[in-house]
Amino acid sequence: MHPILSTVLQRLALGFATLFVVSVIIFSSLQFLPGDFAQAILGQAATKDNVAAFRQELGLDKPAPVRYYDWITGVLQGDFGTSFSGRGASGVDRSRPVVELIAPRLENTLFLAAMAALIAVPLSLMLGITAALYRNSLYDRAVNSVTLTTISMPEFFVAYILILLLATLTKVFPTLANVTADLTFGERVYRTALPSITLTLVIVAHMMRMTRAAIINLLASPYIEMAELKGLSKATVIMRHALPNAWAPIVNVIAFNLAYLVVGVVVVEVVFVYPGIGQLMVDAVTTRDIPVVQGCALIFAATYILLNLFADVISIITNPRLLHPR
Amino acid sequence: MGHDTGGGSGRGDVLLDMKNVTIDGYSDDRWHPIIKGVDLTLRRGEVMGLIGESGAGKSTLGLAAMGFARPGCKITGGTITFDGLELTELTIAELRRLRGARIAYVAQSAAASFNPAHRLISQTIEATVRHSIRPEEEARDDATRLYKDLQLPNPDTIGERYPHQVSGGQLQRVMTAMAMSARPDLIIFDEPTTALDVTTQVEVLAAMRAVVEQFDTAAIYITHDLAVVAQMADVIKVLRYGETVEEADTRKMLSAPEEEYTQSLWAVRSIEKPEKAAPDAILRMDGISASYGGGIKVLDDVSIAVPRGRTVAVVGESGSGKSTAARVITGLLPPSSGTVEFDGSALPRAMKQRNVEQLRRIQMIYQMADTAMNPRHTVRDIIGRPLEFYFGMSTAAVDARVVELLGLIELNESFIDRLPSELSGGQKQRICIARALAAEPDMIICDEVTSALDQIVQKGILELLLRLQEELGISYMFITHDIATVRAISDEIVVMYQGQVVEQGAKTDILNPPYPDYTKLLLSSVPEMDPDWLSTLLEDRRSEASE
Amino acid sequence: MSEQPGNYSAAGEVAQVRQRRTLGENLVRGLKSAPPTALIGMLVITVYILVAIFAPLLAPYGEAEVFDQQFLPWSDDHVFGTDKIGYDVLSRLIYGARNTIGLAVATTLLAFVIGGGLGLAAAINRNTWLDQVLSRAVDVLMAIPSLIFALVLLSIFGASWLNLIIIIGVLDSTRVFRLTRAVSLNVVVMDFVEAATLRGEKLGYVMRREILPNIMPPLVAEFGLRFCFVFLSIAALSFLGVGIQPPNADWGTMVRETAGLIQFAEYDLTAALTPMLPASAIALLTIAVNFVVDWFLHKTSGLRDEV
Repeated sequence: MHPILSTVLQRLALGFATLFVVSVIIFSSLQFLPGDFAQAILGQAATKDNVAAFRQELGLDKPAPVRYYDWITGVLQGDFGTSFSGRGASGVDRSRPVVELIAPRLENTLFLAAMAALIAVPLSLMLGITAALYRNSLYDRAVNSVTLTTISMPEFFVAYILILLLATLTKVFPTLANVTADLTFGERVYRTALPSITLTLVIVAHMMRMTRAAIINLLASPYIEMAELKGLSKATVIMRHALPNAWAPIVNVIAFNLAYLVVGVVVVEVVFVYPGIGQLMVDAVTTRDIPVVQGCALIFAATYILLNLFADVISIITNPRLLHPR
Repeated sequence: MGHDTGGGSGRGDVLLDMKNVTIDGYSDDRWHPIIKGVDLTLRRGEVMGLIGESGAGKSTLGLAAMGFARPGCKITGGTITFDGLELTELTIAELRRLRGARIAYVAQSAAASFNPAHRLISQTIEATVRHSIRPEEEARDDATRLYKDLQLPNPDTIGERYPHQVSGGQLQRVMTAMAMSARPDLIIFDEPTTALDVTTQVEVLAAMRAVVEQFDTAAIYITHDLAVVAQMADVIKVLRYGETVEEADTRKMLSAPEEEYTQSLWAVRSIEKPEKAAPDAILRMDGISASYGGGIKVLDDVSIAVPRGRTVAVVGESGSGKSTAARVITGLLPPSSGTVEFDGSALPRAMKQRNVEQLRRIQMIYQMADTAMNPRHTVRDIIGRPLEFYFGMSTAAVDARVVELLGLIELNESFIDRLPSELSGGQKQRICIARALAAEPDMIICDEVTSALDQIVQKGILELLLRLQEELGISYMFITHDIATVRAISDEIVVMYQGQVVEQGAKTDILNPPYPDYTKLLLSSVPEMDPDWLSTLLEDRRSEASE
Repeated sequence: MSEQPGNYSAAGEVAQVRQRRTLGENLVRGLKSAPPTALIGMLVITVYILVAIFAPLLAPYGEAEVFDQQFLPWSDDHVFGTDKIGYDVLSRLIYGARNTIGLAVATTLLAFVIGGGLGLAAAINRNTWLDQVLSRAVDVLMAIPSLIFALVLLSIFGASWLNLIIIIGVLDSTRVFRLTRAVSLNVVVMDFVEAATLRGEKLGYVMRREILPNIMPPLVAEFGLRFCFVFLSIAALSFLGVGIQPPNADWGTMVRETAGLIQFAEYDLTAALTPMLPASAIALLTIAVNFVVDWFLHKTSGLRDEV
């Protein structure tokens, strides 16, 4: 088998193994709940029978591996279980399936994340590469101190500064990012502008710094000096000698920073009261709605793992040493 | 300008003229002078050897001949005139037109200097094509011919390979083809064979010399090895601390150097130890086989005896297993079979099973004194710890003994509070010797202990080790790849190749014919201080091959 | 010692010897050479520490002292007004320094004790089952974004001081583990460690005397960076309402509680600035620490100190 193929397969296997372990960890969080949590969820007025019925519904009487199997096969078919909220002490069950809660919000979150990524990725690559090329110039130092300052700020601070300047004082954008399903695309973009800008600012700083470091590292290679000593133009040195070796570090920087996006999205959604799954998860944590927390966490973790997996596969298939084995 | 590069200028015209060049380097938040006013004149078709020890500024000067300064360096003064062009006044675009076209560069580390993403042939002809010297097809054919001239295997197809698919010696030759592709007037060779084993070095040297002669290219050949440069250069220039020490014709330089410093460049060759037989062996490795992590055998049925109170030199190229033998003796790598016997009794295989007394009696000195000493410990801590650990000495007794040991290694008590970073390279290695001596060992394993040092310092260390053996009767196992060092220090010699002992015996027996094949190849590949050595060697090998 | 030409002497070889200085002298020299950003950073950090220590003396009112009127504007009585419960904002800010910084320091310390200890152990026993198990476990833990993981754990165990410290400390120790293991690996393979082992030294000596002094500079810098990260994580959790709980004063929570005021910017700018106060208190400290760490990294990455 071609070494590239086997390396990629190995990496994929490792990625799915990680996903499996992570799903086990998220699932087993339920195990650590205190014994009386069913009572707590249903309220003090709930009868013994109601509590017992609820426990049975959760399958607490079955052994853990069986329950994990039931849960994960459900998840794979798109069934994340039923939310705890809406259960009354009286036994009337107004709870909804987790999927119904997550699905519309997931779409909103993806929209926000995609908007931020679309601006942030090209912008930070451009800033990082130019800062590396003009290292120690005034431009480089300015970009550097600005980004060092930005990564030191909590996401909500950046968000509120933007709200203050662009929403309440000048009314360029709306303060709250209310989106509903019936909005036109343009309207949607307008309403999500502030959260997107906030997210962009936060990840651009990280990403630009990492891109700059990766490019500087690359430019220090002896083969780059050799290319310069061949009298090649700066553009040829970069395009022909630096770029083919730059894919792996750049893709890794992008994947790593989309993780910041995942975290940033949670805080930013809360600030702007944006109906996404970050907001949903935080609400579920406060009300201890475990099935919803599990569902959201699994989605976040899976996205993150798959992104990293994708980056690793790209680094593997662009590595000339693996591409052309001995 | 308007100078015709072809027929108009003949051999003997001045090609490169550097006058009073000064270059500064940036470190510790300050600019320091690296080159302090050097003059250099090179004629067409002439090869100049630029020689000096670490920190002499050879590479910096070589790159300056291309009008290039590495990041963190800047050319601060003087003139660099190449064929009538003043390089210090040219724009970057004008310099680029010269680089790779009329002045080419061959770097030390071929493996790192080739771009891993492109085929060798496209890198070979890149400068030629981009500078529009030859169209691509023609340049390709020419490159193939150059590969053939440089005696690369499969010259027609080797260019289709990627850098990591060929060996180091081959890469170095491809890099020479790359420099030659545009038929430059001048090539800068920057330590091109330093990273190679001696047997490979001979082939690469011969190939490089042949093409430089064939195209009558002028060259600056940078190295720290006078014997190597003697084979390549018409004139030799000696640099030290960024200044010229002397410059002379190669033959004159070797026969009658004017400066004492120049002579010190082959200092080690001046030591010759009279060989003495030993009464018995203090250590015997018998039938040792070993491997790392159960992989291929690094040592295969190796038996070595270390003579009591004498020195055995273990010689071999990289990968011969000589350092692994040392790891087996110390117990860091338990052998898969065979025994190690020390002073009449068997040593446990693994270090962890040995007692403190067994550990104390065999000490070790490393190649890189820098990494062999904890940078955060003072000389007192470093030498004092074995005293405290093995003999339980009190603080006062430790201090007194450390001063005594410092005297023994020709340093004085003013060194006792210094950190390793405050010592010179030679002083560091001496402190390591003192640390080994502090344990009062019967035997010391010296693993390439002089190879990272300048020649004059090497000589000092070797003489110290010889004197200590006289006075204290310590046995040495001396691991090295340098035959001059072997001559200087050994009584017996073990030659290793690919994990096996090829030959062992008394020094005079090994260093004189008849030789087994590998020993002959190894010994004959070591450059000598004779400008005709390489020609004679190649002649001999050719006539032998035709027999 | 004079260098006699032609007469080689080992003691006469040139080496750069540092001047001996006391700790105090070195400190003064270090401060003099520091760039303005680092000096400002140090000043800011000092002020924060003093405020945290002397909070009860500096604050005009008590930490949990509730006033009848909520959302009072800025005035002489209440310099930064009151919040929606009736707490004095200035007093809460001052006490918040204590709680927020104290919690972050405790969490960072925990992360270093766990991550540093295990990282060192893994490096020394490199390529053994211990190293493998620890490294793979850390890989899995790091495969989940830590804020998400923290949210899951807090939903189960609930937000208390101790839970916050343990959960964030353990999650963050993974990064400390990786760094400690990596820098220790660089030291463990050095010949001087092998020399000590060959001498027969015990593991404890090797760790304490040979390895630890050489990995301190990167670990100290990492402590600064980890502190920032932990500090921001706790602030984010508090802001989300699952971190430090009232009545304890905390900057993240304060931002959350007063955020609504920002809508009144047109009518009363000072009101809109109220949530900015705790937010900028967080940002300022993180920036200060980053500036100092930046300078420290620059200083210790040099090959040698001043000559």
